[in-house]
Amino acid sequence: MEPCIETHDLRFAYPDGREALRGINLTIGQGEKVAIVGPNGAGKSTLLLLLTGLLRGEGAIRVFGEELNDHSLRRVRARMGLVFQHPEDQLFSPTVFDDVAFGPLYARLPEGEVRRRVTWALAQVGLEGFGDRLSHHLSLGEKKRAAIATVLSMQPEVLVFDEPAAGLDPRTRRRLIEVLGDLPQTMLVATHDLRLVAELLPRMVIIDQGEVAADGPTATLLSDELLLKAHGLDT
Amino acid sequence: MHVDALDSYLPGDSPVHRFDPRVKLVLSLLLILTIVLTPDRAWVAFALLGLVLLSTTLLSRLGLGVVQRRSAVALPFALAALTVVFSTPGPALLRLPVPGGPWTVTTTGLLRFGFIVLRSYLSVQAAVLLAATTPFTDLLWAMRALHIPRVLVAVGGFLYRYLFVLADEAQRMMRAREARSAAPDGRGGGGLAWRARVTGGMAGSLFIRSYERGERIYSAMVARGYDGEVRTLSASALRPADVVVGVCAGLTLLAVLILGRVVV
Repeated sequence: MEPCIETHDLRFAYPDGREALRGINLTIGQGEKVAIVGPNGAGKSTLLLLLTGLLRGEGAIRVFGEELNDHSLRRVRARMGLVFQHPEDQLFSPTVFDDVAFGPLYARLPEGEVRRRVTWALAQVGLEGFGDRLSHHLSLGEKKRAAIATVLSMQPEVLVFDEPAAGLDPRTRRRLIEVLGDLPQTMLVATHDLRLVAELLPRMVIIDQGEVAADGPTATLLSDELLLKAHGLDT
Repeated sequence: MHVDALDSYLPGDSPVHRFDPRVKLVLSLLLILTIVLTPDRAWVAFALLGLVLLSTTLLSRLGLGVVQRRSAVALPFALAALTVVFSTPGPALLRLPVPGGPWTVTTTGLLRFGFIVLRSYLSVQAAVLLAATTPFTDLLWAMRALHIPRVLVAVGGFLYRYLFVLADEAQRMMRAREARSAAPDGRGGGGLAWRARVTGGMAGSLFIRSYERGERIYSAMVARGYDGEVRTLSASALRPADVVVGVCAGLTLLAVLILGRVVV
């Protein structure tokens, strides 16, 4: 399997000196579906922001064999779609159409292609015909799916999710899991929803206190109750 | 929970609703310009302008009451012009005995004030009609099509998008405060100074939350390729019917203005 994301001794400290990541080494192959699991404040979101170049830390990140730096940043972002935890932050345009069209517009695609992509991306998440709707009139489940569509329209090779199912009721959560399950891309999901992990993501990386605490097949790690307990993940 | 009272658009399916937003925006601005430029005592011109607004209101099927009520909200702002009642020279009507010398009310002043109120009332009606028959997103789109600077339009779009989010947030904070300001004797809430401090704290926290949200939104934009330039799809062509109606209405306004300024 060809690696699509590699990190070497990745470190990050917040301006107040608090160390969020303390040397992360990860290799993620193309087509892999990986869960990034860990307690609150473990550094999951920070890791996602570093991987998409929105935060800069120490150590090396290689995406598709290319070093992540100022030069490659825009190319890398076009291939990695990040879905933020709060859809209110991701859906910043007045209408759903404008939001889903945002990425393709900035990729300088021709207008016909932009419109085609918007229609396609909305259909992927089951929101056909929602283009003219105002974002603030959507339900939370619809907002989450619209937020995914804003990234899908860029047709990235890697999808990165931060807490995709947080705050959803069971039925909406199920619908979201179905949507995620249908997506063929390489996937990186930060979450503490272990049932979602068990269902969708065959590989699991536990991060605790800024370090990789465990990395292996989801089934194996989930059956290790002592391990889960040690990292505050037992339920 | 949504704060939708802030949205001034009233859905409908009238000719005014279906009218091209670009033409509607331009015509509304022209109408306001005509109202402002029509001189005092141009009774016929003002009557015609009132008629234009009245017929548009009827055509929009919004209901006269709604439009009048919304327009009345802006009336108190016309009080800012109250000084012209005293400062315009002319025949004295009555003297108000106030400290620092009597203030003289002149008939010319009173008339001028009356026309200022009339002008603002009519102008606000035009704006109310535009906002009530055009979804805000269409207005933004029209502004972009009319080459109003893109950054300004984008700021308008963000305002509209996050006005509701912020209002919801403020409402949640207010509920949280109310839920905790109870007292067994029913007198909860504390003194005025204490309340003021709590409100100040809430305003500050709302500001900080908005600021942090702004940073997260910027990240979300950058993650999708934002490079500091505002890009949008190009506008579609105007329908001939809209152009014809637009030109006719524009010419009518010009005729009213000439009538008002020349014929009186």
